[in-house]
Amino acid sequence: MTRKVVSMRYSALEILKQGLRGNLHWPRMWRTPELKPGYDVVIVGGGGHGLATAHYLAQLHGVTNVAVLEKGWIGGGNVGRNTTMIRSNYLLPGNQPFYEMSLKLWEGLEQDLNYNAMVSQRGILNLCHSDAQRDGFIRRGNAMLLSGAGAEFWEPERIRSFLPMIDFDNARFPIRGGLWQPRAGTVRHDAVAWGFARAADGAGVDIIQNCEVTGFTTEAGRCTGVETTRGPVRADKVAICVAGSSSRVMAKAGLQLPITSHALQACVTEGLKPFLPCIVTFGAGHFYVCQSDKGGLVFGGDIDGYASYAQRGGLATIEDVCEGGMAVMPAIGRARILRTWGGLVDMSMDGSPFIDRTEIPGLYFNGGWCYGGFKATPGSGFAYAHLLATDESLPEASAFRLDRFATGAVIDEKGMGAQSNLH
Amino acid sequence: MLIDHPLLGPRDASEFTIKGEARLLDRPNPAASDAAETFHSYLHLRENPAGLVRELWFHDEGDRSWLVVTRNTLTHEIVAVELARDVAARLRGAEV
Repeated sequence: MTRKVVSMRYSALEILKQGLRGNLHWPRMWRTPELKPGYDVVIVGGGGHGLATAHYLAQLHGVTNVAVLEKGWIGGGNVGRNTTMIRSNYLLPGNQPFYEMSLKLWEGLEQDLNYNAMVSQRGILNLCHSDAQRDGFIRRGNAMLLSGAGAEFWEPERIRSFLPMIDFDNARFPIRGGLWQPRAGTVRHDAVAWGFARAADGAGVDIIQNCEVTGFTTEAGRCTGVETTRGPVRADKVAICVAGSSSRVMAKAGLQLPITSHALQACVTEGLKPFLPCIVTFGAGHFYVCQSDKGGLVFGGDIDGYASYAQRGGLATIEDVCEGGMAVMPAIGRARILRTWGGLVDMSMDGSPFIDRTEIPGLYFNGGWCYGGFKATPGSGFAYAHLLATDESLPEASAFRLDRFATGAVIDEKGMGAQSNLH
Repeated sequence: MLIDHPLLGPRDASEFTIKGEARLLDRPNPAASDAAETFHSYLHLRENPAGLVRELWFHDEGDRSWLVVTRNTLTHEIVAVELARDVAARLRGAEV
């Protein structure tokens, strides 16, 4: 059945009206337009970040002659593959104000988009297991307080009463406390893609699915558009937003990036009764877990470590993640894993992202989000739209420069050095 | 994933740590006038191809040798494995 696209404001009354008509007349959420020969801005990549960029370009800057080109379909990439967590618990001044801005946007997102993204601020607890790690976490908590993000340090007694399923008898990884951010939480990730797509489309943005960019057109050194599988498109500004495949796309413009692509895996168990009231991270290995609204425990850990474009990883990493889980929360060993999956992530050389111009005028770049792109979705779109509309970096995102390795102004949150698979 | 080690035969990939692209064997000349630029590129920029890539793998839970593994990043298929010292010797030989 073909359904019309009309702009509709969702409301409780609308649910009642549509329900009385058998829910058969809900309109399509966005159009399927034909590609026009030219646009003011062409956004390459219809993931969460690209759609958010289109939304904020239209809403805040009045730029509506915009196309979002997506190789696959809306919601099929990393925006539908992540573990849905949002937080702003970073240390460095180049990162923390940006992620706090993004978290504030999450808090008002559903009203802004008129779309239920199921934002659930259930809090995150980062566990620490040594005195040195405790000192480090208190320092990070202080940086969070300075940015207005809010943070508390929880002593083991408080954790014991809040999370009785954690193993307090583990001699190798004793619980020394935890850093608590109450405003962190989870969001229904598909709804983020759909909500941004619907809002951008409603403002006049053309969302073109199944349209792969195959090359760039340049005139006198300036990027003037892209070649696609649906023909050429002219654009005053071309905005790349394809994290996971950044190197592949930018190679078509002759640019090398400080990025390697890696597979990051996640797992979900069968549905359980309410068990875990917040997000928990293990501080002595790489393991994080939350419980979805359907009841499944959603968890993940490290990247696989070797460069990959395969959107799948190996069982050795899953085993390592599960070992971390058993070390901190042995009860989860009784739950059966329902499925595992992988996504492609841009691992940058310092573990931090890029929102910047490139050396080619008219060509802009957003990428390098490592395994932390989902929480950044609204902030990234907000900052990228600002850069595209004004040609100036938003202050909160001004450290995300593409030339920061040449200048030395790196943002190495984990202090690992220029080794992308360690961040 | 199995790595066909030239000295030890097939070994599980979990015995190795991965350093990254094998271009790291070709260290720039630190005395050259453009050393700042060439070292920036050497340390930070990566080709990151979708397809065949040559990578340095270190057998740290084995015989501690460095290998150059040629691998397809789209399929994870391993095409060739060499000792890194042989590759480095060829590089040096080419320069002489």
